[in-house]
Amino acid sequence: MQKLLETVLIGISTGSIYALMSLALVLVWRSTRVVNFAQAGQATLSTYIGFEIASRSEIFWLGLAFAIIAGALVGAGVDYFFMRVLFKHAISGPAAVVAPVIATLGLLGLIRSIVGLIWGGEFKSIAAPASKDGFTIGQTTIPFSALNVLIIATVSLILITLAITFQRTNLGLSLRASAYAPEIAQLAGIRTARTRTIGWAIAGGVGGVAGMLVTSYNFLSPYSLDLLLVFGFIAAVIGGLESMVGSVIGALVLGIGLTFILNYIGTSLVFIGGFVVLIVVLLVKPDGIMARGKTRRA
Amino acid sequence: MSGLLVNELSVSHGAIAALRGISFSVQVGQLAAVIGSNGAGKTTLLRALSGLNKASSGSAQWNKSEILGARPDALVRRGISHVSEGKSVIPELSVRENLVLGGIWRSDKSDTNAAITEVVELFPILGQRMSQSANTLSGGERQMLAIGRALVSRPRLILLDEPSLGLAPIVIEQIFATLDQLRRKLGLTIVLVEQNAMSALEIADTGIIINLGEVVASGKASELINDPALRAAYLGY
Repeated sequence: MQKLLETVLIGISTGSIYALMSLALVLVWRSTRVVNFAQAGQATLSTYIGFEIASRSEIFWLGLAFAIIAGALVGAGVDYFFMRVLFKHAISGPAAVVAPVIATLGLLGLIRSIVGLIWGGEFKSIAAPASKDGFTIGQTTIPFSALNVLIIATVSLILITLAITFQRTNLGLSLRASAYAPEIAQLAGIRTARTRTIGWAIAGGVGGVAGMLVTSYNFLSPYSLDLLLVFGFIAAVIGGLESMVGSVIGALVLGIGLTFILNYIGTSLVFIGGFVVLIVVLLVKPDGIMARGKTRRA
Repeated sequence: MSGLLVNELSVSHGAIAALRGISFSVQVGQLAAVIGSNGAGKTTLLRALSGLNKASSGSAQWNKSEILGARPDALVRRGISHVSEGKSVIPELSVRENLVLGGIWRSDKSDTNAAITEVVELFPILGQRMSQSANTLSGGERQMLAIGRALVSRPRLILLDEPSLGLAPIVIEQIFATLDQLRRKLGLTIVLVEQNAMSALEIADTGIIINLGEVVASGKASELINDPALRAAYLGY
């Protein structure tokens, strides 16, 4: 019973970080129809900047704030300097579909190399903002710690902020309208290109938070967030790629599921487990768990 | 002349010339019906005027300033609203959100709210559906919502693409009556693209008949209706 409880709690904590990555991917997919592999690179760069600030100031939250800002700037930059130009040159045909995705892969490699040049390849670590020691209930200590609580709280705060922004503000309405129907949005007076760049900025900032939170209990290297990208992508697919709510639910399902495998079956199967989930979802419910009836659009 | 002045407007889709030197004018407060069969270039004309399609040559002036080359979002700010083909609402959003969208570029939210109230007075059915998803509306309600969204931006010129498409005759009548009312009450200038030639010409001041990207006849709507040659050639009966 206690093992079950700790599995679920750790699963939620892990899943909540996946949720941020997953959301970042969904935000970009909705607005630009690109699976942004560079998201891992953007998050890595933002996290290194956050790491630099956090280790100099010894304040984790200041580092986090800088990671958000850096993530937003890098995200906006990728859209403004790469995607806009790409879409201008490749308007239709296979090139228009493939070129942006390949470009994000290239960008991922490029950002990693730059990060490697500046900070080197060795593992770095950030002092966690809360204790990693598990809580003790009666006689036993469970692996769920104050840091896990803080991670869940931080993610919840970000999700609530995003939900309010998207549902209650004109900016949110512009972002949704531009994603659903760019032409109608433009006819309504929305500057859709600018709105899209803002979407990329939000995704970048969210990715930066994910990177910082992972690094608070793990090491940082130019490749340390790759797994996060993979799991974030799987979560997004579970959620149907279109739905922000779906991506969060997908991430929690994945987080809890993988922790179950970890605790009950074995460490070696976690990675495989993720891919099994991905393949099963793609085969059984390719539109994701949130899909009702027919798909909204291709 | 103030109003809409289109001069030798041409638009190409790749190698295909969709519009070849279209010229016509619409005075302020008038309703012009653009009539023609499928593929005549009616939709392309509206898309060029609202900035969605690029013109290859020619000019189009609204109240003496050039509108070709401007982006749609900029033209909305200059009082031009385009209700595009096929009930241009966003089904994923609620009715209220679709209406708010029409005024989203404005900094003054209270003006948007006032405009929404006016739209609901015009189409009371929308008032009862405010929090519903636009997806749940009937075809006629969607068209009302699309026109309503355009009205929330308080345009002076409305470009309407086939509002009658797929609607029951009684609903078409209601929508056309509303257009007539908008022109009379608010003095809006309206360019109405229609395949439904008779209904459109009945409420229009002027008619422009286009075929294969060229204007083949234009003039007073009442005269065009009674022109037997045009009826035979372009109205199909």
